[in-house]
Amino acid sequence: MGRFHRHEDGTVHAHDDEHAGGHAHDAGDHSGYATGGERVEVLERIFDENDRTAAANRAEFAAVGVRVVNLMSSPGAGKTTLLRETLARLAGQVRVGIIEGDIETSLDADRLAGFGARIALINTGDGFGGECHLDAPMVRSALPRLPLADLDLVLIENVGNLVCPAEFDVGEHARAMVYSITEGEEKPLKYPVMFRSCELVLVNKVDLLPYLGFDMDGFRDNLRKVNPAAEVMLVSARTGEGVDAWCDWLRALL
Amino acid sequence: MHELSICGSIADIVTRRAAGRAVKVINVRVGQLRQIVPDTLAYCWELVSADTPLAGSRISVEFVPARIKCRSCGQVTDVGAVPVFACGACGGFNADVVSGEEFLITSLELAGEGASA
Repeated sequence: MGRFHRHEDGTVHAHDDEHAGGHAHDAGDHSGYATGGERVEVLERIFDENDRTAAANRAEFAAVGVRVVNLMSSPGAGKTTLLRETLARLAGQVRVGIIEGDIETSLDADRLAGFGARIALINTGDGFGGECHLDAPMVRSALPRLPLADLDLVLIENVGNLVCPAEFDVGEHARAMVYSITEGEEKPLKYPVMFRSCELVLVNKVDLLPYLGFDMDGFRDNLRKVNPAAEVMLVSARTGEGVDAWCDWLRALL
Repeated sequence: MHELSICGSIADIVTRRAAGRAVKVINVRVGQLRQIVPDTLAYCWELVSADTPLAGSRISVEFVPARIKCRSCGQVTDVGAVPVFACGACGGFNADVVSGEEFLITSLELAGEGASA
């Protein structure tokens, strides 16, 4: 060990204590064989592969002229109920496909059956206890199960979670989130990445406003602090209030 | 727990760039807005790297705070732990994120030459 050392001027030479015989020895470039460990510069984005697949998804959507919305929320905020109401209103006018992400079960997909929409279910439960989000390769795996060329709109119901889904571009054209007033007004500050990533925030369960101490102005202030450009719509998927405006927002994407 | 799938992506990149050489440390730069929990990342890395040639390596996280630059007055402001994306000087909300979204492997530290070389 230590036969070679590098001087500050960059020259490298061999000590001759182990080569007292003085035979010729290459004392030049021994990079990759340093004794003290070596640093390899990488500078590679960890989401590169996901983002390449997302771009491929987007190209496939563009090729057939279908628009795609990534719908996100925490569990229980009302995505599936809203989607049911949405499908009921768009039936016969807009050809809709659904990509349904769920950790286990087809419960949500079952609730959406019967409205004429094609549904591709992605169970993310494989592997270590289930994924908490959809990524671009998962969405890609679902595409062969949708007749993309015969659709106008694909709605992706992401896994219920306010953290992870925000990190993954899946090739969508727009992001919307469903936020229920039962979740309190401070969540934009706790989950800023999710709230920042969405163009539209659907504030759901507004039929419960008379019964809950939800501070709508406080919520709007908090949302503005993290995403001043976000559009807000007040809806109740249960009563149907505001759902027409959401459907108009979707039609405007087409 | 998206750290788990992220560790899968890290393993792919490290395996390719290490090209068979033994890796000691993986240096990762993580922006505040990336929602990565360093302890969770370290734990998931143990799971993902176990029984692979990367077993025994560890992830070292360099944290980058989130900052915005105001489009009106040019002031750069720390977003802060309770995030507010407003300019610290003029209060304006028309600002661009200038740091805090990083998420990359910056370098690998290889183990010294062993008997395997």
